[in-house]
Amino acid sequence: MTSFDPRLVRHDIPLLERVINDHPITYLDSGATSLPPRAVIEAMSRYYELRHANVHRSVFQTASEATAAYEGARDATARFINAPGGAEEVVFTKNTTESFNLLAKSWGWANLHDGDVVLLSEMEHHANIVPWFQLREERGIDVRFIPVTDEFRLDLTNLDHLLNDVKLVSVTAMSNVLGTINPVKELAVAAHDVGALIAIDAAQSVAHGPTDVHDLDVDFVAFSGHKMLGPTGIGVFWTRELLLADMPPFLGGGGMIADVRLDGYTPASGPTRFEAGTPPIAEAVGLGAAIRYLDGLGMANVDKHEEELTRDALHRLEEQFAGRVRVIGPNNVTDRGAVISLDVEGVHAHDVAQVLDQFGVCVRPGHHCAKPLMRRFDLVATVRVSYGPYSLVQDTDVLLEALEHAIKMFG
Amino acid sequence: MSNLEDLYREIILDHYRSPRNRGELASPPAQRVEGFNPLCGDEIVVYLNVEDDVLVDIKLTGQGCSISQASSSMMSSAVKGKSLAQVREAITSFKQLMTVHATALQENGQPVEADLRALGELAALQGVVKFPVRIKCATLAWNTLSQGLDDLS
Ligand SMILES: Cc1ncc(COP(=O)(O)O)c(C=O)c1O
Repeated sequence: MTSFDPRLVRHDIPLLERVINDHPITYLDSGATSLPPRAVIEAMSRYYELRHANVHRSVFQTASEATAAYEGARDATARFINAPGGAEEVVFTKNTTESFNLLAKSWGWANLHDGDVVLLSEMEHHANIVPWFQLREERGIDVRFIPVTDEFRLDLTNLDHLLNDVKLVSVTAMSNVLGTINPVKELAVAAHDVGALIAIDAAQSVAHGPTDVHDLDVDFVAFSGHKMLGPTGIGVFWTRELLLADMPPFLGGGGMIADVRLDGYTPASGPTRFEAGTPPIAEAVGLGAAIRYLDGLGMANVDKHEEELTRDALHRLEEQFAGRVRVIGPNNVTDRGAVISLDVEGVHAHDVAQVLDQFGVCVRPGHHCAKPLMRRFDLVATVRVSYGPYSLVQDTDVLLEALEHAIKMFG
Repeated sequence: MSNLEDLYREIILDHYRSPRNRGELASPPAQRVEGFNPLCGDEIVVYLNVEDDVLVDIKLTGQGCSISQASSSMMSSAVKGKSLAQVREAITSFKQLMTVHATALQENGQPVEADLRALGELAALQGVVKFPVRIKCATLAWNTLSQGLDDLS
């Protein structure tokens, strides 16, 4: 049973009560980080007030409660993405960025060699580019990019050719700049056909709609808690149990070992092998609470709601701002999420965002950590508007009014 | 809205809409320096022609927000034709203007009024300090100019 009413969700978000420059806050930066509901904040507080102890170590009551809470979050995460092997396949990291570093520096280091190719796309976040460039320097691998069409989609016309010598395809499920949702299932089939594996950057997609790693038939998934109503400081790396078992440890230290002797060590098995040191326990608890909250809303409902917001915004932008504001992304809601990048004619993104701030409107100006994509479209910066489950059409009303002011001011 | 009007003074918007000294100088002989603002992707290229310790000509290209564009345009007007010593002085005064916490105190505890007259129309950029994230926009051209002078000597 799920129920979904964005106005009720809004009441659950303390930060949305703020007033900025004499205006109620209009938060349109959920793509950068989402706003946690009270349930998440309170779960973390309750953990610190009642249960805080180190995990996996002590036998006293609160320590076993802390361990149960931490492992409970792992279970919840596994269920949320329908991990076929359950919690044993879920590694907690710091964020999406660390998950990609884990993939490149552990799996990549062990499995990729001179001449092997990693296939990315031109619309990747730097988190899914830089670790591969680093591995290229160390390992002599090649990094190749799937081009992006003028319609802001992956250009798959030459995919067969691009897949030559590819051992890993690593692409975003949804662009944090364009909003484009990529055909992950189709790419997974193509990758597996040539014996390659496929990783997806789910940082945006996981917060936008249902995620089913089994159905997508992908091999690695990375995402961050803070983009799905959870806290910062916790991210997820998922892979199949068999692949995980073969991955060498990443960071070394306590918590990740089975044994340490004077002549060496034996790493632990399972996900804890990649969780050296005291993990972010309260953050995992917060992530677990965020997942319960999202389950309550129903990810399919969130998807539908955000699609309505996107349809309405794209329509009104076209209606009121044609010729003055260009949407850098698909102009319809088919395979597109609630992230809308704008290029405002004659006004720099920073100036737009500054004027919007005077109206309490929070948007993101800049290159959004996707500089190759910005270059592809000859842009220095865009103004990015992004919605969350608590966003309302009224947020778009305020945005468009403020946008009108910004254009007038610099026009 | 008063804060915003403080930031975007009319003179700033005027320089943004009609920037002075836009263009390139043949290099060499001109000194060519590039500046970047990695956070927002703004770029600027400054061309300097120096003869007998005088900055006889300066031109600028690049893209950026109104603050960075206006600041570079105003800078070029302020330093063109000045001796290198005067140019360095202008750089120092401007950076002081852009420093949030550097307000000196007089003996009576009152802040020393910055000598804005010396800065001429550049004083219009004073409103930027109320928006700390924008300070680097305003100082980009100046840091690039400073780099260019260092490269010369
Ligand atoms: C598509 C995508 N990938 C990766 C990241 C990086 O996430 P994090 O900064 O949480 O590591 C982001 C967030 O900015 C993103 O939108």
